[in-house]
Amino acid sequence: MINMSIRLTSIAAAAAIVLGGTLSISTAVAADAKVLEEGKKLAFTRKDGNCLACHAIEGGEAAGNIGPPLMQMKLRYPDKAVLRAQIWDSSVRNAETAMPLFGKYGVLSESDLDKVVEFIHSL
Amino acid sequence: MKNLPGKLLLLSIVAAVAVTAQAAPEKATPERDREVFENRFKERFPDLAKEEYANGVYAIDPIGRESWEAIEEFPPYELFVDDGKEMWDAPFANGKTYKDCFADGPGIAHKYPHWDKEKGMVMTLPLALNQCRESQGEKPLKYKKGSINNILSYMAFESRGQKTNVVIPEDDPRALEAYEKGKKFYYTRRGQLNFSCANCHVQNPGMKIRSDMLSPALGQTTHFPVYRSKWGTVGTLHRRFTGCNKQVRAKPFKAQGQEYRNLEYFLTYMSNGLTLNGPGARK
Repeated sequence: MINMSIRLTSIAAAAAIVLGGTLSISTAVAADAKVLEEGKKLAFTRKDGNCLACHAIEGGEAAGNIGPPLMQMKLRYPDKAVLRAQIWDSSVRNAETAMPLFGKYGVLSESDLDKVVEFIHSL
Repeated sequence: MKNLPGKLLLLSIVAAVAVTAQAAPEKATPERDREVFENRFKERFPDLAKEEYANGVYAIDPIGRESWEAIEEFPPYELFVDDGKEMWDAPFANGKTYKDCFADGPGIAHKYPHWDKEKGMVMTLPLALNQCRESQGEKPLKYKKGSINNILSYMAFESRGQKTNVVIPEDDPRALEAYEKGKKFYYTRRGQLNFSCANCHVQNPGMKIRSDMLSPALGQTTHFPVYRSKWGTVGTLHRRFTGCNKQVRAKPFKAQGQEYRNLEYFLTYMSNGLTLNGPGARK
């Protein structure tokens, strides 16, 4: 019957839209989670960010204490761009900085720095 | 009063001179540098006696100190001292020995580094040893690794108890120049990681980088050569300079080259008054 097939088609279409929508949301969440994971790895790895050298970070072991512990980051840096700038070149705010200039001196690539910023800002 | 205007004029001139004299800036001298340097550490570690700084990081790290004191029961540098004594005693091919170059014997580490007026350079003990060898027809030793560490260990051991006493002779302005170059090197940022020696050892002694505590600059030169667990052997001061430069991703300079000898001159001067206690054992 035509009514039945239209109904079935519309149910199928609705289901597809809902499922499709759900799939795209979970993909976005998965992408964020992946960026955070990659950012964390860069932050913890000695040859990359090596943030643990000086900063206590949740999930990191045997961290140094030359810099402040990284927590409450959204409170301390409501604007993510300011955090990025600080990691990129900390000497702007403090000429006596003991923190490498991760962006300006190319310790981290721009894309790696982006990932680190995402991770640090999430702390 | 007779001649009041004249007296007032004289008084105002005297006052102006006095004010100007007070306002004149103090000229930096190595001794004043050293006082300021020492005071920085006094402020940072108010309860620490000056002599303690000769123990390096173990003066300020009680946990590390326990391990260190245990290690010192069977010092890892002992064999190097023994081998060094053999080297000192063994004649060169021409029959002469080190004693022919160094008449005062092996306990002379406190006489280095010093300004060599004749050569117009900072003279260090390793450099003097190789100059002795070459003058006796022997091949020079390498400056970072190898057997130079044996004879240096022996001489350091025999020099224990002597006081650090680097002199910057006033009759040769090049000596002060070398000191100033060493000082400048110490405070200059370098490497991709942008650190000066001072960032770690003057700005942040006692803080931890990962699990390692940073040692204070005061007293750093008293215990070389040093057995480092990380090296699994004894190494020289210039080997350590090389390592530190590499760690901040800076191209290291040549061991016993001008930069590191001037650096040694400055750094050792900063520890004047501290007792030599080499060879040392460190993490």
